[in-house]
Amino acid sequence: MSNLRELYLEMVTDHAKRPRNKGKVDPCDHTGHGYNPLCGDVVMITLNLDGETIKDLKFDGEGCAISTASADLMADAVKGKTIEDARLLFRGFHALVAGDGFDGDLGKLIVFEGVREFPMRVKCATLAWHTLIAALDDSTEVTTE
Amino acid sequence: MVIDTLISDTFPVLAQYVGDKKLVYLDSAATTQKPQCVIDAITHYYEHDNANIHRGVHTLSMRSTQAYEKTRCRVASLLGADRPEEVIFVRGATEGINLIAQAWARPRIGVGDEILITEMEHHSNIVPWQLVCEQTGASLKVTPILDDGSIDLDAYKSLLTPQTKIVSITHVSNAIGSINPVKEMCSLAKKVGAITVVDGAQAVGHMRVDLKEIDCDFYVISGHKMFGPTGIGCLIGKYDILNEMEPWQGGGDMILSVSFEETKWNHVPFKFEAGTPHIAGAIGLGAAIEFLEEISYDAIETHEHELLAYGTEVLGKIEGVGFIGTAPHKSGILTFTVKDVHPHDVGTILDHAGVAIRTGNHCAEPLMKRFGLTATCRASFSIYNTKEEIDKLGEAIREAIRILG
Repeated sequence: MSNLRELYLEMVTDHAKRPRNKGKVDPCDHTGHGYNPLCGDVVMITLNLDGETIKDLKFDGEGCAISTASADLMADAVKGKTIEDARLLFRGFHALVAGDGFDGDLGKLIVFEGVREFPMRVKCATLAWHTLIAALDDSTEVTTE
Repeated sequence: MVIDTLISDTFPVLAQYVGDKKLVYLDSAATTQKPQCVIDAITHYYEHDNANIHRGVHTLSMRSTQAYEKTRCRVASLLGADRPEEVIFVRGATEGINLIAQAWARPRIGVGDEILITEMEHHSNIVPWQLVCEQTGASLKVTPILDDGSIDLDAYKSLLTPQTKIVSITHVSNAIGSINPVKEMCSLAKKVGAITVVDGAQAVGHMRVDLKEIDCDFYVISGHKMFGPTGIGCLIGKYDILNEMEPWQGGGDMILSVSFEETKWNHVPFKFEAGTPHIAGAIGLGAAIEFLEEISYDAIETHEHELLAYGTEVLGKIEGVGFIGTAPHKSGILTFTVKDVHPHDVGTILDHAGVAIRTGNHCAEPLMKRFGLTATCRASFSIYNTKEEIDKLGEAIREAIRILG
């Protein structure tokens, strides 16, 4: 049961139950749509840029605790950051949950470290991030498949 | 109960622990576990009899052929087919439906014709028909279901018209367990001249199926959902219809003679079995049928009915659990949601208690949409499950609510 507690840390369940960044930025510069066909999770990212900086970002949609908390904490993490820094952060986050780990500073995102013990849930944690990158690239709908 | 103690011992996979918890396998609608006799039959085949079938006069080839053909007879007798030749080996129910769609429907239907399915179909009984509609210009019609998950028979009757060329319906819903009145539905379909297809994947492992009574034109089954191996299943069709059909795939074994000018097709059923089939799979399926017959459908139905009633009672007491699909005629499938806890999280937390259930859309997206859901949790029962395991399921759901609810 111990690693289950590490997956559902209090900060994760708190952001899953009470997301702070849920909704739509309207009007917005960029949107992205993400879909996980395995579990039916959908996420929509809307954001505004100020030059190269992400000024505002919200997410909407429906998902499990991991995907909701990840989207919410991602929004906190990338707001005020440059596009380049957001991309770097995703690389670090991806290494944390699905790769060889990450030694750099990920701030609160470190709460998702427990996901690496649950390979089936990696897609839940990364769906919002993939969608953010798609939104920044103005590419069409992404899926985690 | 006798079934509780004896049956589960014959399934070696069930003896294991997941982490430090004894495995509770409640995902039999996805695939059933395999009894020792099925595993032994496959091993025995590879250790003693392995040879290609229907060719070669050597002893091993003869033994393999006999064992393979014996399963055909067993399937025919289990389901009450008129003759063994009506049983065609395929990879599973999905391939069976695709065979019918391509070899029966595609050459025979066109613009203005209709294919009628139901809202509770598995993707495997939707997509093959969509493909054939695209290829022929025919259109797909869908019979709605009622709020409790049973078929809307009145709507079904009104959707049957002289344009209806094919009716394809599931016997038992994989997602919510509803048992359809297939005998009545097939009889109604015949009155408008439609060909009838019944998807029996979720039926044969759980209840007695009598094709003489249902009187459908085609019935498909998957071996792995009835204690047999994956990769083997059967299409059972009326002989005269099969005889009229052109082959589906070309290759060895499906021909009588081949020249570059003219090739003659083999007889039914071999006409539809191109290439070396899954011989070991068929032999394993034969062992699974022997196993089913030994236990008897009476015992299976009684046991699963008890589990369904008990599961409904145990889960019904948990605040926040809601059931999807409460049809009066139901198979041992409990589909539910947990308030404020996403099914995917329920699945992960249950897995940590050793309890394996299915979460997601159950390959029935349109059905989920009908209930306004993207995903649900599904516990499905089989002969090896016990009431004690259902208690563990209930306790694990409470744990999920404690963590996330």
